[in-house]
Amino acid sequence: MQVYYFTEQPYYPAWNNHSGSLRVNLPNSVVDPKIAGDLFHRYYDEWKIADELGYNIMVNEHHQTATCMSSTVIVGLSVLARETKKARILVLGYPIGHRPDPLRCAEELATIDVISRGRLDMGFIKGVPYEFPASNQNPVAVMGRFWEAHDFILKAMTSHDAPFNWEGEFFHYRQVNVWPRPVQAPHPPVWTTTGNKAQARLLGEKGYVMATLGSGYATRPLYDSYRAGYLAKWKRPAPADRVAYLGLVAVAEDETEARRRGELVAGYLRSSAIVHVPFRNPPGFLTVDDNARMLRGQSAPRSFTKDGRAVNMHHGSVQDLIDAGILFCGTPDQVTQQILDFTEYCGGMGNLLMMGHAGFLSHEDTVSNLTMFSQEVMPRLKAYKQPVPEATAA
Amino acid sequence: MLDAITSMVVNGVTIEAIDKGHDGGTGRPILFLHPGIGIDAAAPVLAALAKGGRVIAPSHPGFGTSQLPQGMTSIDDVSYFYLDLLDQLDLRDVLVVGVGLGGWIAAEIATKNSTRLSRLVMANAVGVKIGDRETRDIVDIWALMPEEFDQLAWFDPKAGARDYKNLPEAESLSAARNREATARLCWSPYMHNPKLKNRLHRIKAPTLFLWGMADRILSETYGRAYCGLIAGARFEPIEKAGHFPHLEQPEEFARKVLAFADAAAPAAPRIRRA
Repeated sequence: MQVYYFTEQPYYPAWNNHSGSLRVNLPNSVVDPKIAGDLFHRYYDEWKIADELGYNIMVNEHHQTATCMSSTVIVGLSVLARETKKARILVLGYPIGHRPDPLRCAEELATIDVISRGRLDMGFIKGVPYEFPASNQNPVAVMGRFWEAHDFILKAMTSHDAPFNWEGEFFHYRQVNVWPRPVQAPHPPVWTTTGNKAQARLLGEKGYVMATLGSGYATRPLYDSYRAGYLAKWKRPAPADRVAYLGLVAVAEDETEARRRGELVAGYLRSSAIVHVPFRNPPGFLTVDDNARMLRGQSAPRSFTKDGRAVNMHHGSVQDLIDAGILFCGTPDQVTQQILDFTEYCGGMGNLLMMGHAGFLSHEDTVSNLTMFSQEVMPRLKAYKQPVPEATAA
Repeated sequence: MLDAITSMVVNGVTIEAIDKGHDGGTGRPILFLHPGIGIDAAAPVLAALAKGGRVIAPSHPGFGTSQLPQGMTSIDDVSYFYLDLLDQLDLRDVLVVGVGLGGWIAAEIATKNSTRLSRLVMANAVGVKIGDRETRDIVDIWALMPEEFDQLAWFDPKAGARDYKNLPEAESLSAARNREATARLCWSPYMHNPKLKNRLHRIKAPTLFLWGMADRILSETYGRAYCGLIAGARFEPIEKAGHFPHLEQPEEFARKVLAFADAAAPAAPRIRRA
């Protein structure tokens, strides 16, 4: 199992100073840019430490929000491409359906792949609902735009002999010729996310790495759909490294301290949904059927414990979140066991995206969390033998 | 007299439409173009308008149960669809009545081809940019809570409230489709076509602006400025109505529409300006 260390780079000083919305419409007068600078340097320092401790790295972006200061992944990738040495650098993700210019995306990513000497993993995402009011991208039918941007970026990265032409539904170019081309051939690995079984199957057919975020003990059906798609297309079972899971991690020498850290890391979940209500579900983000069900007040819970109890990930206790496989928290032995239990439940899971810092967790706690995990948990995860694919392919 | 929700196929696209007051072909055709919230066959305004002609009130493509054709992503596209519909039904001297987004569609139709139109009624219409680039002419409806929308859009906010939780499934599906379809057409540029202002001079049909004066999604200033861009267009307020005057004051709405339609055709539209 590979482990990617991730933080959302929050501007947590604002978390106690909002009027019901941390995203989109929280005025930026709340930000002290000097403190923001301090925090950025701290987070990059922690990624650098993670690199030295043997982690891979994951970065992301959100917009107009105190939950995540990174508003373009390209800045973080650019810094880390040179500041780190060994880690693979995963962007999860790049909201390419929002970007006006996928040629620029291809050029940026190819350059970062070159500078990092081939350490880039390219995660393309649709983006959470709150991104649409910020970018002003129409949420209706955005996946058409997403897939055209995806097709274009891959073609731009894999065309080497002459400029090519692109006159699609959304994007138009006549002389596409990306310099430099990426160093990973044919292109850096593609990752993406989904919470939808039909999409999971499609991603299996494409063979991309599919990540689910906080899906806990509702993850297996998504992975099984992925595996079915993969098997149908590739005529062999999907290896465990094709799926990834983002979980929160808080580890410490003793359980009391681990729970204290877990409480702080869970601050991510408790803050992430504090958004002015109309921005939570822009038109077209969900399907018409889902929206009609919501209008009728029939919203299905998203998170469950292993024994089927529904958990609200934004309000659940640390114990609820542990039970739901959303937070891995405890002593190194406990955390190892929780992750391996969860992996067995998944039928194999080859990439842990570890949110090892969130919210008010201090630098010292974060470094301690990362260090202890890398020394006492990660070796056991790396040595872990994933379930045999044949046993899970059906 | 036919009085039914019917379906029609235009260019291979099946849409639902209310066809009311059809007396065998002699009645004046009235094309009613609904706002973003869609149209209810039981709306009293349709019966009131049907006293003066044959009312055809389609659900726009993508709204209600009407199909959404490939590539229909703008009001510009929708207006061509309605020109095809007018051709297909061979309607002549059509009175086109549009509310809100429907008013915008009406203007787009009339700038493209007015030959089948007799007159145009635009009620609380969106569609053009009036203020400067940093002035939001039209309230961002997708940044509002439902109750905030009702407060701004209705003279009587209680009239706008719907018990969504207890809607029949078909109606909740229509409501969800209407919301999505409106965003598909109006998300950006927001609720207007930057090209339209410079095309409005092409509207030759006599035009009436009706304006629900309690509308706080759009201002009266916006309505009067928009009206002033169409040669000869007349502005008539409707009191005790907001963004949906056809729903809050259906009788007065219909009376004004039909009085306008019945008025003697002017010799030259421009002279009519008050």
